[in-house]
Amino acid sequence: MPENSTLPIESGPAPAEAIKPQSPGQTADAPAFDVSNFSLWYGTRQALHDVTIQISKNRVTAIIGPSGCGKSTFLRALNRMHEVMPGTRMQGSLKLFGEDLYRPGLDAAEVRRRVGMVFQKSNPFPTMSIRENVLVGLKLNGIRDRALLQERLEGSLRMSALWDEVKDHLNRPGVSLSGGQQQRLCIARALAVEPDVLLMDEPCSALDPLATARIEELIQQLRLRYTVVIVTHNMQQAARCSDRTAFFYLGRLIEYADTRVLFTSPANPQTEAYVSGRFG
Amino acid sequence: MDPLGRPRSPASQAARGSRWADRNFYLLALLAALTILGLIALVGWELYRGCHLALAKFGPAFLANSSWDPVSDVYGALPFIFGTLVSSLIALIIAVPLGVATALFLTEMAPQAIRQPVITVIEMLAAVPSVIFGLWGIFVLIPWLRDHLFPWLHSTLGFLPFFSGPIYGVSMLAGGIIVAIMILPIITSVSREIIRSVPNLQREAAYALGSTHWEVIRIAVLSYAHRGIFGAAVLGLGRALGETMAVTMVIGNRPEISASLFAPGYTLASVIANEFTEATSDLYLSALFELGLVLLGITLIVNVIAQLMLRTFSGSSTGKT
Amino acid sequence: MSADSYNQARPSISQQARRRWVSRIVTALMGLSALLVMTPLFLVLYFLIREGASALDWHFFTQLPKPTGEVGGGMANAIVGTLVLLGMAAAIGVPIGVMGGVYLAEYGGERTNDVIRFTADVLNGIPSIVWGMVVYAMLVVPFKTFSAYAGGVALGLMMVPMVMRTTEEVMLLVPQSYREAGLALGIARWKIITVIVIRTAMRGIVTGVLIALARVAGETAPLLFTALGNNFWSHNLSEPISALPLQIFSYAISPYDDWHRQAWAGALVLMLLILVTNLVVRMLSRGRPQS
Repeated sequence: MPENSTLPIESGPAPAEAIKPQSPGQTADAPAFDVSNFSLWYGTRQALHDVTIQISKNRVTAIIGPSGCGKSTFLRALNRMHEVMPGTRMQGSLKLFGEDLYRPGLDAAEVRRRVGMVFQKSNPFPTMSIRENVLVGLKLNGIRDRALLQERLEGSLRMSALWDEVKDHLNRPGVSLSGGQQQRLCIARALAVEPDVLLMDEPCSALDPLATARIEELIQQLRLRYTVVIVTHNMQQAARCSDRTAFFYLGRLIEYADTRVLFTSPANPQTEAYVSGRFG
Repeated sequence: MDPLGRPRSPASQAARGSRWADRNFYLLALLAALTILGLIALVGWELYRGCHLALAKFGPAFLANSSWDPVSDVYGALPFIFGTLVSSLIALIIAVPLGVATALFLTEMAPQAIRQPVITVIEMLAAVPSVIFGLWGIFVLIPWLRDHLFPWLHSTLGFLPFFSGPIYGVSMLAGGIIVAIMILPIITSVSREIIRSVPNLQREAAYALGSTHWEVIRIAVLSYAHRGIFGAAVLGLGRALGETMAVTMVIGNRPEISASLFAPGYTLASVIANEFTEATSDLYLSALFELGLVLLGITLIVNVIAQLMLRTFSGSSTGKT
Repeated sequence: MSADSYNQARPSISQQARRRWVSRIVTALMGLSALLVMTPLFLVLYFLIREGASALDWHFFTQLPKPTGEVGGGMANAIVGTLVLLGMAAAIGVPIGVMGGVYLAEYGGERTNDVIRFTADVLNGIPSIVWGMVVYAMLVVPFKTFSAYAGGVALGLMMVPMVMRTTEEVMLLVPQSYREAGLALGIARWKIITVIVIRTAMRGIVTGVLIALARVAGETAPLLFTALGNNFWSHNLSEPISALPLQIFSYAISPYDDWHRQAWAGALVLMLLILVTNLVVRMLSRGRPQS
């Protein structure tokens, strides 16, 4: 995959304070997200309590927990999507490669260009073709260079393992694809703007097992280049495709460990109860 | 080169630029939305400004004075208020039962196959311009009323003051009938929406008691929807009060107050339509503006009541489902 | 249990029959009402075609009205005038209405929206003749002339609340997930709204605009003292301009048979214009995916 990809990648040493796409080969355990004492409220209801977590670069981190535990809220805090809802308030710090994402003056749109997101239900834009869907993020962010657009189109579609299936009918509507293809199209769309991190909010919950398997396979390939954070209610999925797993319960981070460790010998009794299927 | 532009590159400027554009777009949208409030203020203000002369000269007596005499510059609104209310009332008496019955027919009885065509026809009826109803009224409706319906009413119900007196054709009753036709679509469609919002549970409960079709409608549907249907009627009244062209063409345009519905009448809207461009003196024009203000006042009150009724109805129905 | 005691507990047969008959009669009355409600449309269309079609000829579309007493002539200027007025009305009503709808659907808080929606609904109920008076006071008096501008503004202001409400409705039908997808790509909000949301809702917005245009196309009252009417070509938008409804009105109340025929012909053309618009609307909204 990466070797035949034509995605232009920033190489060479990056200035420490700037946020750059990280190429594989740098110290793999430097944290991408550094979250400390992060709390979040919807109106008066507190949805996250004092979350402190470091999410490693070039790893797949799964977030699990029963519904309503704050896992989606936490994911959305990572690219400030929760701000869409009026009346949300946060406290604590959330850094991406050392830069505070909630720094005053930093545009949420800027943050979201660096932290891409794929949603529970695939949502390709209904009025746009496959090509337009992939390129819309670039075009609307002001990229006009046709050669570059073409490059990104092919690159992102290859990256999301969709290129071979759609390369001959890029002008068909995005919604004409099957469910699993649509979800991969959404992944391509998110990758086209070259984010540093890809957030996935239960990306397979609406898909059949076959399509799910393809997405999981894709996630394995994405981690070579991206930091992936995936929320899932499916523990097998977390066990299959993540390196590290965080367990959330009632808005708190209960346990965070290597996936194998968390599923085989959890330290916390609540985690154990959940992963062994006793509640949730 | 980072083509996307990350911090420290011109992209920061682009971000600032897009924030600026975002802000302006928002302000533009806000401005457009506020135009609505501006418009209602504009309407009130312009009419008020237009009639200050008449307001100063006649005061509140304007509303109670029944003479309208441009030659001696004496103006009173009473005949027009009377005409507007009476013609609208006639329209409601005709249109509400018909409209509600049609709405019930469409929601409760009509087979699927004829439902949509009937709805389409009624929507088309709503699309016919007032002036075309007026034209049709002058050349088709009035002759028929004059030669058939009115003489029959006269001979059978002539003992009532409403149906006595000479028959001209153009008349308060003709005005009422044409307005009834014009408000039928809105009364029907709003009633239909309301009846449709009656939960099916209500109907099933009534059927379970062994009720006939009509009893189900009476017990389950009408008792549940009557407030909303009343709102639909009030909305129809609002439209009726302001109806201009068709009424002007068939009502006879004589500022008199008569008990007979066969006698010509005049409405607020039609006197404005007829005399506005002919108003020779400032006071005359000002009096017409005051009629406009009266018309606006009545329709605003009626519309506000209608909206409030329909709103509380839909609120309560969503609360129950 | 014997059949007798069972029957005693139930209403008597005759009472049941009576109830059934009442129900049948009422049902029939309702069907009759529906028929009666539809009758006027058929009558109007029948007479429009019977009276109007015979007066429709090439001259009707190409000639100006003839002076009083002369036979013939047409409504060319009124047809063009109506189109000009509709163009100006759209130029005012569409941008303000659509942007207002954008505000209601995308930005407004619950309270503000309630007030604005309520006011828009009330504005929709203001008699059209009142709009004529308002624009007369606003544009005709200060500029000392009736004008096409004034007529266009009157119709345009009437369109604003209609377009605003339908735009809001169809924009709210666009699923939130498309907006989120756009936001997650770091696209500026205004671009998400214009390129993604409005484009998705475009068909509905066009439908709403067409309905509003069809409604104001037949309006006469707001033009009586703004556009005024004109028996000749208007060379300039600051002159009075003719419009089909105005011409129909003045011919209908005239004492000349030939003018009556022309009024019918004009009414037929106006009705066709409106029916065709409605047909287009119907086709547009039939293709709309159900959400």
